[in-house]
Amino acid sequence: MCTVCGCGTAVSTKGPGSENLIGTHAHDHGQDHSHAHSHDHHHHDHAEGPLDFGKGIAGVNLSGMSQERTIRIERDILSKNDAFAHANRFRLRNADIFALNFVSSPGSGKTSLLVRTINDLRDRWPVAVIEGDQQTSRDAERIRATGAPAVQINTGKGCHLDAHMVSHALDRLSLAPGSLLFIENVGNLVCPAAFDLGEAHKVVVLSVTEGEDKPLKYPDMFAASDLMLLTKVDLLPYLEFDVGACLAAALRVNPRIKVLTISSRTGEGLAAFYAWIAARTAAMIEPPGLPA
Amino acid sequence: MHEMSLIESVVALVEDERRKQEFSRVRMVRLAVGVLGHAEPAALRFCFDAVTQGTIADGARLEIEQVLGEGWCSSCHQSVPLRERFAACPVCGGTQVKMTAGGELRLSELEVE
Repeated sequence: MCTVCGCGTAVSTKGPGSENLIGTHAHDHGQDHSHAHSHDHHHHDHAEGPLDFGKGIAGVNLSGMSQERTIRIERDILSKNDAFAHANRFRLRNADIFALNFVSSPGSGKTSLLVRTINDLRDRWPVAVIEGDQQTSRDAERIRATGAPAVQINTGKGCHLDAHMVSHALDRLSLAPGSLLFIENVGNLVCPAAFDLGEAHKVVVLSVTEGEDKPLKYPDMFAASDLMLLTKVDLLPYLEFDVGACLAAALRVNPRIKVLTISSRTGEGLAAFYAWIAARTAAMIEPPGLPA
Repeated sequence: MHEMSLIESVVALVEDERRKQEFSRVRMVRLAVGVLGHAEPAALRFCFDAVTQGTIADGARLEIEQVLGEGWCSSCHQSVPLRERFAACPVCGGTQVKMTAGGELRLSELEVE
């Protein structure tokens, strides 16, 4: 059981930087949340925390209250996730950590891109990674092989990371101020679009081995992202992939999206990606209008 | 299938509400779901019975009120109906249309006893 809030998250203890988070937060603990918090647990307003799912009718049966009535609620269904995301964002900003949420279909080359990026940037910034997959720690192991700390979240049946899972992963990473945090979401071009994790930017990764019309077919993800990385461009000579049509499709669903074409294998275009990171981290640390 | 998580979130909001005003049973849950949003009403219905089982919302009826798409066209300065999230303005054909309705995903009402 999670020692932070008592939720059903199991954590293996292989030492710092090498943990796995397992489970889908199938919270089955008691409802009173009376456990003590001895550590810095930033986000849990327990009246707000989504720790009551599936708990069942908790013995409250008011025999005198059978009168039917209608209650107006008008609350956003994602409001709980958004509250956790807000807390994550606040926490990351306070710690001077620049977080990117990488989203894509499976097989677009997210992990290869992260491995290459970590190796290229390690002398400029400390980098840590949160890996999201339904099963296995394979991706986290690939990241750890670079020397960077990584926490693997296994979502089980879940098709996306949510902000609550990420808040637990943050507890298990000790991040130096000025670090980059890369969150690799579950490979899925649909569901992760809806879940803000508290990142600075969503980065959508699309490979040239996929169709150039993906942005039109899965518009939510491209609309939610600030940067699109078109990967595996070293394969273009062997494919019939219209880069111009792909860019036009991306700009149609999101006129503000920035697009870079890259190859993690040859390194083509990566300098522009690193320059984008440098510009955004500088903007985060020194907001316009404030003295440096 | 993030509709499963969305219904879990709905149940959590209902639990919140029960802490505020006591009730023993939920008869109806009404959601407002925008037609241009990312949740599919059929999938929400599919998940609802399974997810609410054993919760305060067990046995409740799910009503989904669909919210039509609407946008603000910055070329012709008016609200226009939107049939696709990134469609051009149906009045002037301009592409600078900002969606103003149709993305909703809201728990709007409960009938309780």
